[in-house]
Amino acid sequence: MTEALAASEETRGPERTLRARRAPDADHLGWLESEAIHILREVAGQCRNPALLFSGGKDSLVLLRLAEKAFRPSAFPFPLLHIDTGHNFPEVTDFRDRRAAELGERLIVRSVESSIAAGRVVLRDPAESRNRHQSVTLLDAIAEFGFDACIGGARRDEEKARAKERVFSFRDSFGQWDPKSQRPELWNLYNARVGPGEHVRVFPISNWTELDIWQYIARERLEVPSIYLAHLRPVVRRGTALVPVTELTQPRDGEHVEKLSVRFRTVGDITCTAPVASRATTIEAIIAETAAASITERGATRLDDQTAEAAMELRKKEGYF
Amino acid sequence: MSAIEGVEVVDHGVLRFLTAGSVDDGKSTLIGRLLYDTKAILADQLAAIARTSLRRGQALDLSLLTDGLVAEREQGITIDVAYRYFATGLRKFIIADAPGHAQYTRNMVTAASTAHLAILLVDVRHGVVMQTRRHATLAHLLGIPHLVVAVNKMDLIGYSADAFAKIVDDFLGFAERSGIADVRFVPISALEGDMIVDRGDNLPWYEGPTLLQILETAEVANMLESAPFRFPVQYVARPKGARRRGYMGRVESGSVALGDVVTVLPRGLATRVTAIRTFEREQTSAALHSAVTLELEDEIDVSRGDMIVHRDQAPSPSRLLDASLCWLDETPLDPGRKYLLRHTTREVRARIDRIDHLWNVTTQQREPAPAALHMNDIGRVSITLAQPVFADRYVENNVTGSFIVIDEATNNTVAAGLMQ
Repeated sequence: MTEALAASEETRGPERTLRARRAPDADHLGWLESEAIHILREVAGQCRNPALLFSGGKDSLVLLRLAEKAFRPSAFPFPLLHIDTGHNFPEVTDFRDRRAAELGERLIVRSVESSIAAGRVVLRDPAESRNRHQSVTLLDAIAEFGFDACIGGARRDEEKARAKERVFSFRDSFGQWDPKSQRPELWNLYNARVGPGEHVRVFPISNWTELDIWQYIARERLEVPSIYLAHLRPVVRRGTALVPVTELTQPRDGEHVEKLSVRFRTVGDITCTAPVASRATTIEAIIAETAAASITERGATRLDDQTAEAAMELRKKEGYF
Repeated sequence: MSAIEGVEVVDHGVLRFLTAGSVDDGKSTLIGRLLYDTKAILADQLAAIARTSLRRGQALDLSLLTDGLVAEREQGITIDVAYRYFATGLRKFIIADAPGHAQYTRNMVTAASTAHLAILLVDVRHGVVMQTRRHATLAHLLGIPHLVVAVNKMDLIGYSADAFAKIVDDFLGFAERSGIADVRFVPISALEGDMIVDRGDNLPWYEGPTLLQILETAEVANMLESAPFRFPVQYVARPKGARRRGYMGRVESGSVALGDVVTVLPRGLATRVTAIRTFEREQTSAALHSAVTLELEDEIDVSRGDMIVHRDQAPSPSRLLDASLCWLDETPLDPGRKYLLRHTTREVRARIDRIDHLWNVTTQQREPAPAALHMNDIGRVSITLAQPVFADRYVENNVTGSFIVIDEATNNTVAAGLMQ
């Protein structure tokens, strides 16, 4: 796939006309890309002070490519914002910093650590997952900069609470999502209007699936943080999940540490993100595995969503992504 | 197209379809069946619904796959359109699952606004009922090109060909009276999986395509491809060091080529397209839905809300609109107030001067104009705008023929409109 496209991209002359006439609707990635660029430009056109949430994860790096497609050669009309739990994989935060620098775009990082120091977040257990606590830091950052829109990489296929969420999703002045009174969203007419202290979350890749993301990463030849590809890592088996052994996640009594070939399907807080066994060392191999996967992305890898059937819905109501 | 691990995959793009019908018609089971039989359901989701089914003392209940939010489970209702995804070797599918009962107009109109195809589910024991006609009427109003009537629960009547034929006759009679042209019928059992993804052995008398085959082969060739060129300007930028400003937007209908003579509305100045840019390259033309940046020969003042069109195919600006308005908000229309109307990327103040008549979706009859439109009402209205918009009729172009109404007091989207 990628070889064929890259070849025609480098071709000049008669081939160029042929490529130029290829309609975005001709294949599903073209359709999704066109929709996402349109959404990003609507944010730029409608919002006074937007930000793009960039973690270094695969969905947000697809967002960055889409932002390049939407706005280059101009600078992005928004800064990048990352809410750092302090429990991120170093491979991912390094990648985040390098990518922002390569693009020459402004990266704002706000950390849950500072929210804890300021007493804004109170932990019950110092080692607990900070995933949920990101909401406080995010809402504080939104208030600090006066953002009226936050562009995020959430997808509707991720979780059932997301299946009903709008592309432009309104948040009240407490940052809350009210699933029962969402704004109707028709055609491609999006309503980003907010009052003081309110904002919208915007999800340009709402209609993408995990497989679409990997296919797009392959098509665009995007670099991904190394932990998405299979590597040897010490893990323990806990329930049905593989839990990485890190400074923050130590084996429990009776657990046996093994070194397995694994990759991450999602990269979040270290304490609640589990890898899957895999030998996929290339994007193409990940696509093949994803197409044949028998467990959902979050089911396999997000320990925080397994705590309750409605865990995501509850977090979202509190202002989570 | 892609070749992964030696498997050739032909990519025919995306089909968006909606499913309408009530829970009793087996809609959730149908969607569950589509997802399950196309392998879009993964082991952990299946395990979760198996546990719940077991707890309730049932066999595997596929309808649980579309189970939604906490509030819905508590009240046993579905409150909103849910979007679901699956793909086959041929296409990616986006399902807009519109709840049947409560607020059916609001939900149907929302789901229908982006759909290429609508599946209307009919319970074979009950036949074509009022709700079927309402859903078909709304799908037709919103201009969905393809309608599929899926006659469900064939297993409960012994897969009777006569019962199916009767529903086909009934519906065709209704469709003819309503001007609905493209309808297809398929007998199914969502519970048993007959004629959805697999043909099954129970319907040997039916020789047509399975439901999935209909979905995989439905023509999405868009009427917008051959419609006049419309390019609403979304955003304007002048990159550092660049000589000209770039007008960012998406080709919402027709196509544009280098050198084309265009007019920028509302000012109506004519100029030429001198560059069509994307991130990757400069292009000689841009097809439908291309997200591009245009440059123009003359340095004229162009901003968001303007529209670039071919000079010889420009829509006429209008400040008076004749439209069908579907009211979506709990607070009824107040004819004394001013609203904001968003048409493509353009926002203008609007006053709804007159409700000409109410349209009864159930009887497909006009009714005398009420004092106000309430939630789920559809009325024919006359609107006056503070500035002109450049509209086409909805039946000719559903992008430049549609608009939303926003209440400035709440910022809510309160109505959806179709230009007549």
